[in-house]
Amino acid sequence: MDGFDYQFFTEVLVGGLLSGVMYSLVAIGFVLIYKTSGVLNFAQGSMLLFAALTFVSLTEHGLPFVLAFGITFGAMVVLGIGIERAVLRPLVNRPPITLFMATLGLSYIIEGAAQLLWGTQVHGLDLGIEDTPLELSGVLISKFDLFAAAVAASMVALLTLFFRYTRIGLAFRAVADDQFAALGIGLRLPRIWATVWAAAGAVSLVAGLLWGARLGVQFSLSLVVLKALPVLVLGGFDSIQGAIVGGVLIGATEKLAEVYIGDYFNGGIETWFAYVAALAFLLIRPAGLFGQRLVERV
Amino acid sequence: MSLIKNLRALVLPAALTLGLAVPVLSLATPAAADEQYFPLQSYRVGPYAAGGTGFFGGFIDYLNLINIRDGGVNGVKLTWDECETQYEVERGVECYERQKAHPGAAAWNPLSVGIAYAMIDRVTADKVPLITINHGRTDSTDGRVFPYVFPLLLNPYSETSGIINYIASREGGIDNLKGKKIVVLYHGSPYGKETIPIYELLAQKYGFQVQQIEVPHPGNEQQSQWLTIRRAKPDFVVLRGWGVMNPVALKTAQKVGFPADHIVGNVWSNSEEDVIPAGDAAKGYVAITTQASGSQHPVLQEIVKTVYDKGLGNLEDKKRIGSVYHNLGIVNGILNVEAIRIAQEKFGHRTLSGDEVRWGFEHLKLDPARVEALGAKDLFHSINVTWDNHEGNGLVTFQQWDGTKWKVVSDWIAPDWALLRPIIEKSSAAYAAEHGIKIRTAGDDVIN
Amino acid sequence: MTELSALPGVAKRLPAWLGPVVILGLAYGVVPLIGSSYLYEAILTPFLALSLAALGLNILTGYTGQVSLGTAAFMAVGAYAAYNLNLRAGLPLLLDIVLAGFAAVVVGIIFGLPSLRLRGFYLAVSTLAAQFFVQWVLTKFSWFSNDSTSGVIDAPSLHFFGYSFDNAVGRYLFALTIVTVLTALAVRLIRSQTGRNFIAVRDNEIAAKVIGVPVIKTKLLAFAVSSFIIGVAGVIWAFAYLRTVEPAGFNLDRSFQILFIIIIGGLGSIRGAYVGAALIVVFPLVLSRVGEFLLGGLFDSGVLDMSQRIVLGALIIGFLIAEPDGLVALLSGTTRRFRWRGRNLQSASI
Repeated sequence: MDGFDYQFFTEVLVGGLLSGVMYSLVAIGFVLIYKTSGVLNFAQGSMLLFAALTFVSLTEHGLPFVLAFGITFGAMVVLGIGIERAVLRPLVNRPPITLFMATLGLSYIIEGAAQLLWGTQVHGLDLGIEDTPLELSGVLISKFDLFAAAVAASMVALLTLFFRYTRIGLAFRAVADDQFAALGIGLRLPRIWATVWAAAGAVSLVAGLLWGARLGVQFSLSLVVLKALPVLVLGGFDSIQGAIVGGVLIGATEKLAEVYIGDYFNGGIETWFAYVAALAFLLIRPAGLFGQRLVERV
Repeated sequence: MSLIKNLRALVLPAALTLGLAVPVLSLATPAAADEQYFPLQSYRVGPYAAGGTGFFGGFIDYLNLINIRDGGVNGVKLTWDECETQYEVERGVECYERQKAHPGAAAWNPLSVGIAYAMIDRVTADKVPLITINHGRTDSTDGRVFPYVFPLLLNPYSETSGIINYIASREGGIDNLKGKKIVVLYHGSPYGKETIPIYELLAQKYGFQVQQIEVPHPGNEQQSQWLTIRRAKPDFVVLRGWGVMNPVALKTAQKVGFPADHIVGNVWSNSEEDVIPAGDAAKGYVAITTQASGSQHPVLQEIVKTVYDKGLGNLEDKKRIGSVYHNLGIVNGILNVEAIRIAQEKFGHRTLSGDEVRWGFEHLKLDPARVEALGAKDLFHSINVTWDNHEGNGLVTFQQWDGTKWKVVSDWIAPDWALLRPIIEKSSAAYAAEHGIKIRTAGDDVIN
Repeated sequence: MTELSALPGVAKRLPAWLGPVVILGLAYGVVPLIGSSYLYEAILTPFLALSLAALGLNILTGYTGQVSLGTAAFMAVGAYAAYNLNLRAGLPLLLDIVLAGFAAVVVGIIFGLPSLRLRGFYLAVSTLAAQFFVQWVLTKFSWFSNDSTSGVIDAPSLHFFGYSFDNAVGRYLFALTIVTVLTALAVRLIRSQTGRNFIAVRDNEIAAKVIGVPVIKTKLLAFAVSSFIIGVAGVIWAFAYLRTVEPAGFNLDRSFQILFIIIIGGLGSIRGAYVGAALIVVFPLVLSRVGEFLLGGLFDSGVLDMSQRIVLGALIIGFLIAEPDGLVALLSGTTRRFRWRGRNLQSASI
């Protein structure tokens, strides 16, 4: 073999980075909710499935893209508000792990409802971007992945601007920082939480569309949430920038590991590599790259 | 006060008993005269729902056709009920235990490798045949060791041979396989791994290079695998997928620029549900099949006329009539019903026992003329089951996806059964030794 | 102040041992005589296997507060270890099962080590690593499944002391005996100082450390005991119930299922494991019968299944909201005022 195949390595690396951006898209939804209400929303995956299924079923019934998008967005907002009111408000002040388990139950409900409503067949989702590869100096790059990365980048930019320069954004940050102080100065927590869940719903719509276009819209779409968890561990549960960085890191290392280390085992490493890597990382930095360190004083 | 507390303590056991009694009591179904029952361990939800709804839909449609058009098989009405398994083994087992109490069971058709494996011991003890059409445990082809299991039409090894024979025909002959490179992309599950040794064997025999790459279940992410494939630059990729792995494979292949018409799919990567979500990426993709798709075959036309027009059709979406899984269900229906018919000629026009139906399966010979008489010409080719060959030597053909439907692009190809039989016998002999099974030396006449 | 009726089986009027003895009497004496094959194969045996696994998980999560999402992986370790020991080591089957439990302990402690540094979600995420990694190892290295190409293994036949337990009743009795023995041991453990240490670590780790509870040892012991029990549960699941095993049967859904069992049944209660398992096993069956009865053919099996998912999810949320002590508390009328809490104790008032 003549030397190290740099071209191939770059291809895998770039592919991994772009894949990672797709993971971050999902993780951002988690971060939004965790940042402001301390809940790790395991139901994010099923919200993604629900959004994608609704959108695809509406378009298949003949509605134009924009209208379907709008209706689905509305549905996600309603769903978000409903979740906040029915599930989270009664569970306020419970330990985070209880809330996590509640979102687990919630994911079951949403998955069941989505498929009950729209059926269980597989749907294709065409976003109008042909996935023929681009070749930049011999390195293969996927057009679709670039598009997804662009969408993710704009979403991050929008969210960052939102948090920094709008009143509601400011309120979110206040609540994220200290719930009781926020209450103390008169911020209406339930209203803010409802807005956050709606925002997360919107994020899952975007992520759902992109993932649905990539995989087809069907049941296993909700499994993407399992890829987002290591991203959150690495990037911290409450940082949007962390979600991007973590996602990109996980995507890249996972793909490189699968190709180079996986070779010895004939493949299949991807299922656990991200988790073991995140675990190893956690043992060094228990709060992730960007997360807030928990200081315990006795 | 204490009485109430103590009574409260009884609530739990009472609730449990009630909960246990309800399922058990409701099992008491009276035996009906002259009915043949098909327990269906179907799956209509979960990741493989598309295949399940198509297959069981077709099967039920055919049973309905026989009932309505012919009044049953020689007057014996066909009945069935469904139990949802979600393709999960323990649900399949629970459904088995629940449904086996029903009298007059003809055969089991779970359409699941995992469930089939779990049922082998059970059906052998309960003496009702298990049909695993186009899949299952390859060595159950050897009827000498597995009297009750029938991997009808095509077992995984035959499928492999069929695919290689097709690729050879694309390359201009078996000898042109020498020096070529084939990648097998398989699903990381028992089903996916079943054929690994056979590809190695055929590669050695015909002189081509084979690389087998695993896609971990469920196959949502195949970027690295396809980049590796791109780097390896094979002549053909064999797709041995299931569920979501298939459309993702096709889309990722497009992403890395691998041409779709050099991807050959196996029997569980050959349906509309596998290619439609992939959109344009699937155009040109070729897949093996034992039954051609399309609704122009006479039996399909009859089903539309007799069953669907009366509103009794099982598929919710009429566009799926004639799809690959639907037609597989219909073919499975034909095979099951003909086995019953053949057995009835020997044992009488009445409800048959499991052993009698098994005899019928072991004498299931449908030559092309008979297939045409059944209205299935060009739907499937033929089958020839014997007491020691439970697969029946089905032939395969290949279809290509043009963006809207499948078109047949090859003749009926025969797998290399002679080459595969010794390997199958070796494996079944090992199973027999491990489980203390006496190898049969002749087909048995059922003594009733 | 908390009543130590956190400890199970403390009835107010009847002697404590009466309930279990009656149940065991029925289970051993009456059920084998009147039961049908369906009852054993589809209801009782899976119930026993799942409740044992839930018992193990409850010790870890309910009593010690360490969340684990990798339960099914430990079941898999137990099942495959027992299979391989039986195949290769030629030891009597009971010894194989005990050693398989210890194999699960080793794996459990390895993946339990992170619990010394991680809490809450992070620990949950690391147990997911266990789940995926173990599944991969068992699928990838065909040595574990005796080099069968498909990776599916057949359970060995059950022979003890010269008797064959290979029929439906036999397998049920086999499962019942193992579950009874391990439950008795678990009860003793929980009532001992170790059990109180578990609860102390769960309730307030720092305070426990301050008063002298050996936190590290306690956590690792919890992982060890829990993994042993879960490993043996895996053996029962594979050998007595399904009788074939493939790694896919021990997937994330199974881990969730067991977690749901203890949430619904009652965290931190031994009875909770049984009650929850009974519900989880029986509920889908009852729902499908009722559905068939009420709606007949209209009830597509797919519709049924989705509704089941919804109801299950709703039950989880319902129990977490209304009765975090689970079904057990609901049925025995003792709703404790001192609930299962973690760190955010002080935030109660506003």
